[in-house]
Amino acid sequence: MAEFSVDPYVDLYARRASGMSASEVRALFAVASRPDVVSLAGGMPYVRALSTEDVMEVVKSVLAERADAALQYGAGQGTPALRERLAMLTAEEGTEADPEDMVVTTGAQQALDLIAKVLIDPGDEIVVEAPAYVGALSAFSAYEPRYLQIELDDDGMIVEHLEHALVKGARPKFVYTVPNFHNPAGVTMSPSRREQLVALCREARIPIVEDNPYGLLRFDGDREPTLRSMDPHNVIYVGTVSKVFSPGVRVGWALAEPGLLQRLILAKEAADLCGSSFTMLVTERYFASERWRANLECLVDIYRRRRDAMLAALVEHFPADASWTHPAGGFYVWVTLPDYLDTPAMLAAAVERRVAYVPGTAFYPDGRGRDKMRLAFCYPTEEDIAEGVRRLGLLLADEQELYRSLSG
Amino acid sequence: MRERIAVLAGGHSLEREVSLRSGHRVMTALQSRGYDAFVLDPGEEPFVETLSAARVSACYVALHGKDGEDGTVQRLLELLRVPYTGTPPFPCQLAFDKVLAKEALHTAGVFTPPWVTVQAAALRDLAAGPILHQVAERVGLPAVVKPSRAGSAMGLSFVDREADLPHAVMSALSFAEAVVVERRVDGTEVAASMVGTPEEPLPLVEVVPKSGVFDYAARYTPGATEYYAPARLAPEVTAACHKEAARAFGTLGLRDVGRADIMVDARGVSWIVDVNISPGMTDTSLLPMAAQCAGMAFPDLCEGVLQLALARAALTDHAEG
Repeated sequence: MAEFSVDPYVDLYARRASGMSASEVRALFAVASRPDVVSLAGGMPYVRALSTEDVMEVVKSVLAERADAALQYGAGQGTPALRERLAMLTAEEGTEADPEDMVVTTGAQQALDLIAKVLIDPGDEIVVEAPAYVGALSAFSAYEPRYLQIELDDDGMIVEHLEHALVKGARPKFVYTVPNFHNPAGVTMSPSRREQLVALCREARIPIVEDNPYGLLRFDGDREPTLRSMDPHNVIYVGTVSKVFSPGVRVGWALAEPGLLQRLILAKEAADLCGSSFTMLVTERYFASERWRANLECLVDIYRRRRDAMLAALVEHFPADASWTHPAGGFYVWVTLPDYLDTPAMLAAAVERRVAYVPGTAFYPDGRGRDKMRLAFCYPTEEDIAEGVRRLGLLLADEQELYRSLSG
Repeated sequence: MRERIAVLAGGHSLEREVSLRSGHRVMTALQSRGYDAFVLDPGEEPFVETLSAARVSACYVALHGKDGEDGTVQRLLELLRVPYTGTPPFPCQLAFDKVLAKEALHTAGVFTPPWVTVQAAALRDLAAGPILHQVAERVGLPAVVKPSRAGSAMGLSFVDREADLPHAVMSALSFAEAVVVERRVDGTEVAASMVGTPEEPLPLVEVVPKSGVFDYAARYTPGATEYYAPARLAPEVTAACHKEAARAFGTLGLRDVGRADIMVDARGVSWIVDVNISPGMTDTSLLPMAAQCAGMAFPDLCEGVLQLALARAALTDHAEG
């Protein structure tokens, strides 16, 4: 008699790897990548809007003039020249940023990982929004925190709920938030909520991690001040060029106070020594001229039209008892269905009908969100968005009919 | 010249990812035995055109789920006169559809847990919802709810309370137009695999999922399930499992390769809960484990199955020649 071991490492895995498992939903996404499936699932930026000639010119100039540096290791913190460019980009949203306070990371995702690595001990409590960005949950979960989830509404995180939790004795290590065009909820934190949150956290001495990947993708309304601009000493800011240039270059950054920054830089060097010198130089040069502004304007225009297409299609095809958010920017609409509908369970039928979405459960660490779905309007064309939403609408109508029949 | 073999994997089914993992392993194994094997993914390439151009000696069917296991691909291969591994079209159709398979097994006197079929059309068009509680009564709780046409435990759920039945039925109907509500048998879960024509039983593999449920995650996450081969069962129980599996394979008409999933209850009765005509060939799959336990390395297993198809083709050529 033999016990078969399909994985000789099975007894060796660290606790933090125990949550990493195969999933039915991920398997369904493998089918959803087929060309005849309208994917409203992935949050892929529409990089086709970029001028290939512009990028080519930048890449050529980097190799012609800076090959030695581009093909060599670089500084763990990122070069001063790149940090200056990224500080300028941060200033576009009214946030003063000193390049000395910045560490350049491999996408904003690495910044989230490093912040968690430096701040979270197993069992520490941290605050996330409910729902929260799934990538942040993945990054944080490796460090085994306990999550305190604070609900969102159309004005962003309901700060009163956080206040109540603090009064009851919660002592989180930090508060993580995506204040602009939230992923997945699409909502933006109102000015008064921003003031409340910043004041509450300052008083309670709880740092805020402000993740702002979509801030420059505003379609309508006025820009809100970043939390960092309201309290630079208590807000760790995370930015990225993924949504305004390219996610392929993997360039993001964090702004933090000197003590924390030093640890983030050391953790960054421990993780990968430095980012890609080549793509960092490409990024620096791309943002050196004004061409990025034209590209951003073009992107905002495309995404605005796609959002409009999605909102119009939702009105036309979704049931009356569903509701959804109306994002003023970013990539996502967050849909709430009647509570008897189950978005993870429905995904197979959706893929069968050639449309995909992300079930709401992905965005909660505790299995909630079965009646929610995230729809991304960033990548498909307006026509495909309309068709995808139509297919989903038909599915929902069938599911509702089935439910009515089952419930007699 | 080396024989050219198309390993069919991927496809359009919801088990695409698992199938690709199976297919790539089979391809590598066949290459190691000197075959000119390549993966043909009907989800990526125009199937008939690519296959015709490739001039293959045979196809190794490593597709899972719809199109690959329900007889569709097999029927096409018959039409194209391309030899292929595994079960012919009609038995595929029969075995893949749990509604039909359970009916056939039951009629033949094979032990399969009591069940009721619920069809979406009956619910939608015939307002059958109110009789759902009779389903629970007839089958008894706890029950297992499964889509009629799906694999890898996709869409499967366990129901302990009658109140949870509608939701489980709705979830399973996301995968198929009918569901099987089956009495849950508690006990030891084993897989009975066979290879060869006539079939050779392989040692039973016992499945002990750490979560208690052999669901998708337990099947495909290494370490999530403990496997024992041969299964830790008394010799007479093992023999009964082999006998029941052989009856199931014979009843449904499986050829070359197959796997029956069996629950052995506290009294030692073995119940057939599923039959697969294209068992998984991934690194966590049960058939390769059973073969390994029998001293058959993975390339031996793949080549053995392929040789059955090639031998059949040679016979046909001889008869027609």
